[in-house]
Amino acid sequence: MSAETTHSQIAFPQETLAEVNRILGLFPEDNKKSALLRVLHIAQAEFGWLDVPVMDYVARLLHINPVEVYEVATFYSMYDTKPVGKVKLEVCRTGPCMIEGAEKIVKYIEDKLGIKDGETTADGVFTLKTVECLGACGYAPMLQAGEQFHEHLTEEKVDALIEKYRANPRANYMGM
Amino acid sequence: MGRKLLLEHANIEGIASYDVYRKNGGYRSVEKALKTMTPDEVVEEVKKSGLRGRGGAGFPTGMKWSFLAKPEGVPRYLLCNADESEPGTFKDRYLMEKIPHLLIEGMITSSFALGANQSYIYIRGEYMYVLRILEKAIAEAYANGWLGKNILGSGYNLDLAVSPGAGAYICGEETALIESLEGKRGNPRIKPPFPAVKGLWGCPTVVNNVETIAAVVPIVNDGGDEYAKIGIGKSTGTKLISASGNIRKPGVYEIELGISVDEFLNSEEWCGGMKNGKRLKACVPGGSSVPILPHFLVTKTAAGEDRLMSYESLADGGFATGSMLGSGGFIVYDEDQCIVRNTWNFTRFYHHESCGQCSPCREGTGWMEKVLHRLEYGHGKMEDIDLLWDIQRKIEGNTICPLGDAAAWPVAAAIRHFREEFEWHVNEPQACMQRNYGLVAEKVFAPASV
Ligand SMILES: Cc1cc2nc3c(=O)[nH]c(=O)nc-3n(C[C@H](O)[C@H](O)[C@H](O)COP(=O)(O)O)c2cc1C
Ligand code: SF4
Repeated sequence: MSAETTHSQIAFPQETLAEVNRILGLFPEDNKKSALLRVLHIAQAEFGWLDVPVMDYVARLLHINPVEVYEVATFYSMYDTKPVGKVKLEVCRTGPCMIEGAEKIVKYIEDKLGIKDGETTADGVFTLKTVECLGACGYAPMLQAGEQFHEHLTEEKVDALIEKYRANPRANYMGM
Repeated sequence: MGRKLLLEHANIEGIASYDVYRKNGGYRSVEKALKTMTPDEVVEEVKKSGLRGRGGAGFPTGMKWSFLAKPEGVPRYLLCNADESEPGTFKDRYLMEKIPHLLIEGMITSSFALGANQSYIYIRGEYMYVLRILEKAIAEAYANGWLGKNILGSGYNLDLAVSPGAGAYICGEETALIESLEGKRGNPRIKPPFPAVKGLWGCPTVVNNVETIAAVVPIVNDGGDEYAKIGIGKSTGTKLISASGNIRKPGVYEIELGISVDEFLNSEEWCGGMKNGKRLKACVPGGSSVPILPHFLVTKTAAGEDRLMSYESLADGGFATGSMLGSGGFIVYDEDQCIVRNTWNFTRFYHHESCGQCSPCREGTGWMEKVLHRLEYGHGKMEDIDLLWDIQRKIEGNTICPLGDAAAWPVAAAIRHFREEFEWHVNEPQACMQRNYGLVAEKVFAPASV
């Protein structure tokens, strides 16, 4: 994924389009733009990251201007407008997680994968990212991989989940 | 054992499914409201209950509902705020994941009270798996006739949907939430107009927290007066507390408002006391935005009275010696924790989350983060402490939305109560890199000089 500079073939498969239509149906006729954040999540799951052709495609689907998509994609921290690994390991670094050892977990992952915060492994599988509070403060330290929360982290747990995602990078998505 | 109104059934096997939820008395409030009450009567019960918003500000819910404008022929909307991003707060996720139908039921009953025919739950994007749980519950509610057209033959129609954010604390602020739900950047709007007049798509809108909406269910079932019997003074009912930090039993607890902080912190039923035999150093009782309390002001007020888990008691003493109940994010620090590091960490959070519209917030949070970083890493000067004080004061009250205040208060409180620890970082630049300051001197409270 990271070797690609930009996407060439962009179109959702039929079943994803059906899901997009269902989501558009949740909003009144004149306000379909409300579906944008959800559709961008879907596009990111489908294409890995959001480059200009992907965002233009989303704009066409929603009948809005491309710039309306760009400004949203660059505002929210979950959207990647640069290539990332197949699995993002997002470690919470905020207050309660910090006092329960988040910094040690980050260091452990950095050493294990040979990358720094924000970087992607050479094989393009893992990106490590520190993020702000994910709402799991009582189960710290924690990280999110795709949709999955991994809580009460220990070095052993980190080893196991890295194994799991290396074997199946899509294990972290539950659906569309 | 205190009474539980929200989580009473949360641990029943299969309660996330419609059938089990219904068997345990679910959806009774919808039946009662739609068949036997007018919308205004529901609002009246909520007023009587004394329920206050559980999202952080504690504004009386019944009063907020009665402010909703009702122009002819204009739709009204109820939005549920499930953005839950305030550090220390994780109760809404717990409730939605464990007992999703309670929120759906609350949304139906509340939407009926407000005359909304279309409602949305806005949930933070990181909770995507919870969004899927809610969508499943909503589909079950439609299939069983609790949503859609002519619900229970009452003539009342309601559609309900969930929509995600995508990683932005600011979208928990109600006008930013509305912008985001419209598919835009989460920039808070200038008020007035308030959402009650001009909210989603320019229409009258109420925004309520997940827990607030869930609380409407027991209020309608048992009556507002019954609900108001629980609690103390103007802190009625039960409250979900997210407990985290250096305690033996972190987690989400439902308490009756008014139990003592000492009991909550130390009893086996709740936090179970400090972990590893360490001593208490400080506590942030209501989420990262509220003032931190040093150990000697946690279980007692400055006047020496027992501090209670209530809006009033936690705020006793104002910002000089008190704090706030806020969102109920109860973060406990033991003697090994560094206040400067924690303050830097929180300030980095606010800087990261500032939407950037107002210069005091955008520049001020970044500036404070830099100053705190150099203090924490032993490069600070004595003047930096006063500089921090000055910056936070210039942010407070000078911004479009309360995120500015939320960033300023933790810095102010940390300096107010832990100035010696900041000074120690300046005086002992080597030592502060190797060890922590420890406990504040066991001093008797003296009014802060700043
Ligand atoms: C920066 C900021 C973040 C907020 N985040 C949340 C949040 O995550 N959840 C929430 O319910 N309220 C949050 N609020 C408060 C909301 O603006 C609003 O007051 C609340 O949703 C009203 O609901 P309530 O009256 O039921 O508490 C936040 C406010 C600010 C200023
Ligand atoms: S106070 Fe901060 S977050 Fe709020 S509108 Fe201003 S810049 Fe944005």
